[in-house]
Amino acid sequence: MSFPTPDGVVEAVRGVSFGVERGRTLAIVGESGSGKSVSTHAIVGLIRGARVSGRALFEGRDLLAMPADDLRRVRGAGIGMIFQSPQSSLHPYYRVGWQLEEAIRAHERVEKKAARARAIELLRLVGIPRAERRVDDYPHQFSGGMLQRTMIAIAVALNPRLLIADEPTTALDVTVQAQIIDLMRRLQAEFGTAILMITHDLGVVAGMADEIAVMYAGQVMETAPRRPLYRHSHHPYTEGLLRSLPRADAPRARLTPIRGQPPSLIGPPPGCPFQARCDYVMDLCVERPPLAPVQGDPGHRSACWLPPDRWAQ
Amino acid sequence: MSAGANPDVLVRVEGLVKHFPVKTGALFGGSGEVVHAVDGVDLEIRRGETLGLVGETGCGKSTLARCIIRLLEPTSGRVVFDGQDIAGASARELRTFRSRAQLVFQDPYGSLNPRRRVGSIIGDPFEIHGVAKGGDRVERVKALMRVVGLNPEHYNRFPAEFSGGQRQRIGIARAIALQPCLVVCDEPVSALDVSIRAQILNLLGDLQAEFGLTYLFISHDLSVVEHVSDRVAVMYLGKIVEVAPAADLYAHPRHPYTAALLSAVPVADPDVADRHQRTILTGDPPSPLDPPRACRFHPRCPKAQPVCAEREPALEPRLGDGPEHTAACHFPVADGELLPTAPALAGEPWPSRP
Amino acid sequence: MAEPTVAARAIEGRGPWRLVYERLRRDPAAVVSALTIVAIVLIALAAPLIASAVGHTPSTQYRDIGLSPAGIPVGPNGTFWFGTDSLGRDVFIRVVYGTRISLLAGVVSSVLAVLVGVVIGLAAGYFGGVVDTVLSRIMDVVLSLPFLVFAIALVSVAGPSLTISIGVIAFFSWASVGRIVRGQTLSLKETEYVEAARSLGAGDLRIMFVEILPNVLAPVIVYATLLIPGAIVFEATLSFLGLGVIPPTPTWGNMLSDSIAFYRVAWWFVVFPGAALLVTTLAFNLLGDSVRDAVNPHRGVGRESK
Repeated sequence: MSFPTPDGVVEAVRGVSFGVERGRTLAIVGESGSGKSVSTHAIVGLIRGARVSGRALFEGRDLLAMPADDLRRVRGAGIGMIFQSPQSSLHPYYRVGWQLEEAIRAHERVEKKAARARAIELLRLVGIPRAERRVDDYPHQFSGGMLQRTMIAIAVALNPRLLIADEPTTALDVTVQAQIIDLMRRLQAEFGTAILMITHDLGVVAGMADEIAVMYAGQVMETAPRRPLYRHSHHPYTEGLLRSLPRADAPRARLTPIRGQPPSLIGPPPGCPFQARCDYVMDLCVERPPLAPVQGDPGHRSACWLPPDRWAQ
Repeated sequence: MSAGANPDVLVRVEGLVKHFPVKTGALFGGSGEVVHAVDGVDLEIRRGETLGLVGETGCGKSTLARCIIRLLEPTSGRVVFDGQDIAGASARELRTFRSRAQLVFQDPYGSLNPRRRVGSIIGDPFEIHGVAKGGDRVERVKALMRVVGLNPEHYNRFPAEFSGGQRQRIGIARAIALQPCLVVCDEPVSALDVSIRAQILNLLGDLQAEFGLTYLFISHDLSVVEHVSDRVAVMYLGKIVEVAPAADLYAHPRHPYTAALLSAVPVADPDVADRHQRTILTGDPPSPLDPPRACRFHPRCPKAQPVCAEREPALEPRLGDGPEHTAACHFPVADGELLPTAPALAGEPWPSRP
Repeated sequence: MAEPTVAARAIEGRGPWRLVYERLRRDPAAVVSALTIVAIVLIALAAPLIASAVGHTPSTQYRDIGLSPAGIPVGPNGTFWFGTDSLGRDVFIRVVYGTRISLLAGVVSSVLAVLVGVVIGLAAGYFGGVVDTVLSRIMDVVLSLPFLVFAIALVSVAGPSLTISIGVIAFFSWASVGRIVRGQTLSLKETEYVEAARSLGAGDLRIMFVEILPNVLAPVIVYATLLIPGAIVFEATLSFLGLGVIPPTPTWGNMLSDSIAFYRVAWWFVVFPGAALLVTTLAFNLLGDSVRDAVNPHRGVGRESK
């Protein structure tokens, strides 16, 4: 994906592929500028002004090639979305219950009474106390955690097969974050929803994801099932990230940061985007490495020229 | 009162209270409603240490920090800085104080004036306090830039030309320009990318060693706080509920809120994540407009009993801990004790923050 | 965190004003109107030179060659490029000299209005409380005064002159600048960098002029470039009504006023001063629009969040 800007064309996403299976959770991890948000937003057609190429197959149909009406039908019923800031995702002038009902009635022919009953049930499902009274409240009367639960309620209202969660807990306190993650896991267990979660927090992901894709500067650096990623990460970027995290249970020592800064996405240099900051950089790296399997788990792939069995040394 | 003042203590906070009146639309004054942002805090910051201050949104940690730096006027209570009571300070004394206590802000994008050049911004402390002028000031600013890891040739650039991590370095340079005794860091890395955080934390550590700084480090991120702090204070709804050396706090939390907080922190390790028995607190923190009686945590506390709603526990050592580890709880958590999730006291959930 | 800082780093040394300048440069309307204004300014400055080159002065009445035997003004010809007016004076030279008055009145009064408005707006927004209430009420009163009545009253007391005109125009313009500045100051007061300045020990005056003012300048400059054409028209109105500059000094306004009686026989007497007024006002308006767009570009591109 690329965005034309007055300063030049920003190559936001450069050849990204990932997939999530029914009932499982894929986490896309990356920092700002990695392209994780724009690629997922583009899949459901929420980005304007960008040049997009590629395919996004949902249950066999390409979302990027779909006519607008079909896409709208898929959104909400087949794919639900949760965004980072619940305060800005809900309309401040309409009651919470009304917004829930609207979401339902946009896709299904349901009577008002039945829709309201469903709304109350959904609020109860996501753990809002006294749902039958709170259904008539306005968003400003809800706390951040409750708003995010409401967003989740709207997202799962039509029992979608896929839930896309874009930084769902970043704006929340850590105790509320734990509640929301717990809620998402329970819903997944109960309804078999697949979850595509976008985040920068490797800690949250450790307890939630089945598979993880690490993105950097518009490209996928590594994808792996959960354990192999943390235990035997292959790509130097993943390794650097894990090493630079302060951990409460680790002894206090100087942190090992990743030196340098992310590259500009306007006219990016050829080859691996991590070259400038990599401790293992080689001459070969000016040629972009493919996402190739590494030794160990078959689902573990890394875009790096380092040998697949680099830990064997 | 503080006759035998301990020379090791740089800042002593006594009974600090900060209430914000709420205007509810009436023309003259409000309905008398008040936000109890900080509701009686006693705290000590020792020379050369890093005191971590943790708590969630609305606990009052930012307000407390701003009262200590006198950016806000406390409603009541004392702040004694290096033996001097700042509350009664004259304008000149206050000015001197300002050169000795500084603040590093959270938002690297909002804390720098976008229309001013970086060299001018860093040079502000020198200009305001008349410490250096002209060419001398430029030299000193460039030296500061080098110290924090910026290229001195970027002296004339604007903040928009720097990345988040670099802007935070600019803010840090500005804060240490006059070599203050106390630096309050208000969430200094929360707005930065993960891979940049480590750089900035290392920088802060290096500066502390080089200039002998004392830090009050505020954050909601417990992993970061544990890493940088010597001692940690936990705040809940305007009060300090536990204070302990960092390692002790994490190994033996006494207050149930601390235990729940620690339990909720995600660790980047799948084995720990799986093994982990989470104490997931129900509900949301109550509103600081109308805090619960006595122990503030009693409506959500899994160990609460009727006395908790009647008598406020004092902040003192519990369960045989030494004088360094204090907690404000009638029924502190023992080592290895696992907490249930539901609140122990039945009843209406306290009205949460709107 | 939702900022494409990646792009900013790649392009070195671009301050916020430089960016505005570059955007203006790329805007054809801005370039054309800016060049037009430069031309107008040059004409105003070179008025005496033009007069001596052509050989006519603005107040001389060329009754023999400028008026027909019946006393009717002569149309545009080789001697009088824009024709003559009812007294046989050279319309071209008068239009050229009129440029001076218009520009002087327009620019000076706008500058005055901006200076006063900025200071008062800053004070009102920053100090709040009683100061704000008093100053805001004053601004409200000024804005609700009927300008024409007031202008007439003032002129009848003090007598018409350029200085009075400039004063009157400035008086009626500063309050809207003040309002804008006050609004901006109110929101800028709460920014973190102002808080940072306070924590460093900066005094009120320093915060107002070093921290807040540079951020207020952008909308003020936009408003000022749009004030100027309004001021020019205002001056033309005043002199049209005989409240402005004393004749025989030519201004476009009093030329238009004189031309009304003769429009049927001397179209050039109406058209040329009117066209001059139109072109000048249009140029400033277009430039003001372009400046506003350059200062606040509305990007239609989808936002890159993280």
